[in-house]
Amino acid sequence: MEENLIEVQSTQYIVVDLGIEQYGIDIKYVDNIVRMQNITRVPHSQHFFRGVINLRGEVVPVMSLRRKFGLEDDEFTDKTRIIILKPAQQEAMGIVVDNVKEVVSLESDNIEKVQNSKEEKRHIFAVGKNQGSLISLLNVNVIFDDLN
Amino acid sequence: MDVSQYLEIFIDETREHIQNLSDHIMVLEQEPDNADTINEIFRAAHSLKGMAGTMGYKRMQHLTHMMENVFSEVRNGTVKVTSSMVDVLFQCLDAVEAYLEEIVNTTMEGENDNEPIIKLLNGFLEKDKKAEEEKDKEEEKAPVDEPPREIKLSEFEINAISEALTKGMNVFKIRVHVDENCILKAARAFLVFKALEELGEIIKSDPSVQDIEDEKFEFDFTVIIVTNSDKDATTKAVSNVLEIKRVDTEPITEVSKPIMTSEPKEEEPPKEKQEEKTEVAKTETAPAKTPEKKAAPLAKSGAGKPVVNRTIRVDIEKLDVLMNLVSELIIAKNGLVSTSNNDSKEKNSGFNEQIEYLERVTTNLHESVMKVRMMPIETVTQKFPKMVRDLSKKLNKQMRLTMTGEDTELDRTVIDELGDPLMHLLRNSADHGLESEELRKERGKDPVGSIILNAFQDGNNVVIEVGDDGNGIDVEAVKQKALEKGAITPEQGDTMSDKEIIDLLFQPSFSTAKVVSDVSGRGVGLDVVKTKIESLGGAIEVKTALGEGSTFSIRLPLTLAIIQALMVEIGYEKYAISLDSIQAIEDVLKTDIKYVQSKEVINLRGNVIPIIRLHEILDIEKIEDEENDNLTVVIIKKGDKQAGLVVDRLIGQQEIVIKSLGSYIDSGNKLISGATILGNGDVALILDANTLI
Repeated sequence: MEENLIEVQSTQYIVVDLGIEQYGIDIKYVDNIVRMQNITRVPHSQHFFRGVINLRGEVVPVMSLRRKFGLEDDEFTDKTRIIILKPAQQEAMGIVVDNVKEVVSLESDNIEKVQNSKEEKRHIFAVGKNQGSLISLLNVNVIFDDLN
Repeated sequence: MDVSQYLEIFIDETREHIQNLSDHIMVLEQEPDNADTINEIFRAAHSLKGMAGTMGYKRMQHLTHMMENVFSEVRNGTVKVTSSMVDVLFQCLDAVEAYLEEIVNTTMEGENDNEPIIKLLNGFLEKDKKAEEEKDKEEEKAPVDEPPREIKLSEFEINAISEALTKGMNVFKIRVHVDENCILKAARAFLVFKALEELGEIIKSDPSVQDIEDEKFEFDFTVIIVTNSDKDATTKAVSNVLEIKRVDTEPITEVSKPIMTSEPKEEEPPKEKQEEKTEVAKTETAPAKTPEKKAAPLAKSGAGKPVVNRTIRVDIEKLDVLMNLVSELIIAKNGLVSTSNNDSKEKNSGFNEQIEYLERVTTNLHESVMKVRMMPIETVTQKFPKMVRDLSKKLNKQMRLTMTGEDTELDRTVIDELGDPLMHLLRNSADHGLESEELRKERGKDPVGSIILNAFQDGNNVVIEVGDDGNGIDVEAVKQKALEKGAITPEQGDTMSDKEIIDLLFQPSFSTAKVVSDVSGRGVGLDVVKTKIESLGGAIEVKTALGEGSTFSIRLPLTLAIIQALMVEIGYEKYAISLDSIQAIEDVLKTDIKYVQSKEVINLRGNVIPIIRLHEILDIEKIEDEENDNLTVVIIKKGDKQAGLVVDRLIGQQEIVIKSLGSYIDSGNKLISGATILGNGDVALILDANTLI
């Protein structure tokens, strides 16, 4: 019983590389991770959308987090992945990341909420500590809210 | 009792009855003596009452009960149908509809008692109260007059009964009358049987159990049961079943001739006899014209077995799944096609045959699934006659609605969305289109204005026209209005063609009615209609002649999900253009491009067509190709307008499955109407030719 209680307090995050930073994505939003594939550009769409891909017969938009966060544009390598996010009751969307590293369990002790006054930083709601490295935890809902 | 599970059925059926009532009251207005119609109204009101009662909607029940009462008087000939009565009846219908809407939204019927309407209805009744009392008595008496049904028993059955009697068990002959409004008679009968089987053994039933299961009985059946229970308990067990109107239980104490006839009789004759009887009764109560007499009993006997519209309600989600499966099948087929193109050397005929077969299967499957989704547009148009009638009263103009092609079928999703736009156009015709009666007479027109609604299929499209023989669109008035509103400048106004000016009507917040009326002209008008139609993948056009009338024609695609498209390549990107909007494909010499107002055009067999460089509007990097003197131009059309799209390469015609881009990507100018998945798994975008022109 006691062990279970501790379990509940920790959350699993997928850790990805984006530029020199590490980002964590709550696993409950992740539907799938797919290899880089042909992305069809959609003319005149928002600049941070790379386009659309075919995910098992459905057309799913793909966003570039680098463009969204104002980083250098993506450089596709064989480590580039598209993470398909799908919050409950919403349409799926993919985000391009440089590399998918691992899945970590972060206990609430190791998560430090951050106060974000800066507009461009509000996509990060906390910083997680894992074996000495810092992981910026993405606020997936904010990313989706921006689109609606 | 929890009736919530029946709510959906209740709502559907109530809608049907309301529609039925509305249709017949319309007829009644024209032919106040039509006995069939009167009967039909009575029956519909009666059914509504019964259903509302079952569901516990007291107010609705009360109102429909009053309607029924009035009509039973009309049927008896004691009250005459007057135009004021018809008006009240329509008010009733509106009230019932209001109840229904409330029920749909909240599952409660609301607080409106509709006292004024009930008072009005009472007014018709009080004129002849005595007759009503008499009639009530008659009604009570009526069932008794029915002929007792004889049951023939086999020897075995007789033995069983006598054996039971000697054992001191009770034998009852039970005649069960099912409520005439009962929806599932067979199910009720089954429940009766189940209840009885708990008490004892059923020896005989008439009609046979099989016939009862198949609903091959009118509204009553008889069973003989051997049981240890007494008469009251047995009767009670049966009456506990819902929708059972009456139970006659009589004990059988000896097996003797009176309850059985040894004469071999078919089971049908007694039924027929009964029907003859009702026919005679009808002739007495409803002194109608001879040809109509026949129809009433026919309708009655048909009530047992529904002849028309055997329908299945299918969850639309299930259909969507089916649809998706078909989509995938087509994608798989496209995959095969592209592999076959790749290694042309190894292509063998068997492989091709397979593809052809797959193609045939997918096409057929697509067609049949589409058919399931198709519905006649009647489902939206049937409420229009009443609406036009209401409008006629409200606007104080005489008008007549003529509808044709109501059986034209369209995709269900389109039909559902079509009601409002069509209603709006009809209102427009009634309010703005048709002139006042005096003006019509002055102009030498029929004082009764004519509104038409005409639907027909045209290739892969369905066209719905809504028109009137009224005033037509006054182009000058529209222009003045546009100038007033500042929608156009005076200079623009001078150069605009009539068609362009009329198109202004489809701009947001543009209403030409000088007075804002209740019917139309709140400023949300044709632009909403246009937006709606375009969101369904359709287009709307208007033809008008001043003083003669105007016609709006709506063109809708038959299906939304799968289309024939031309695949083209621009730069390294592939795009699909719907074949419906393509008129021709031309090779044009670069030197043939002329400039008009510094815009590129070509002169194609006398038509000057503007040229659109797709790589420019789609921001595609141009592959320099100076050697080629020719341009490939796809000529697209929208109504009378044309445009030429310059593409780099034609890939070919393909059946494509339309997928949505989702709600996140905002492609700004709506150039892209969707996406599709190609044989190699890549996504290609679909260009919306309509927005390019």
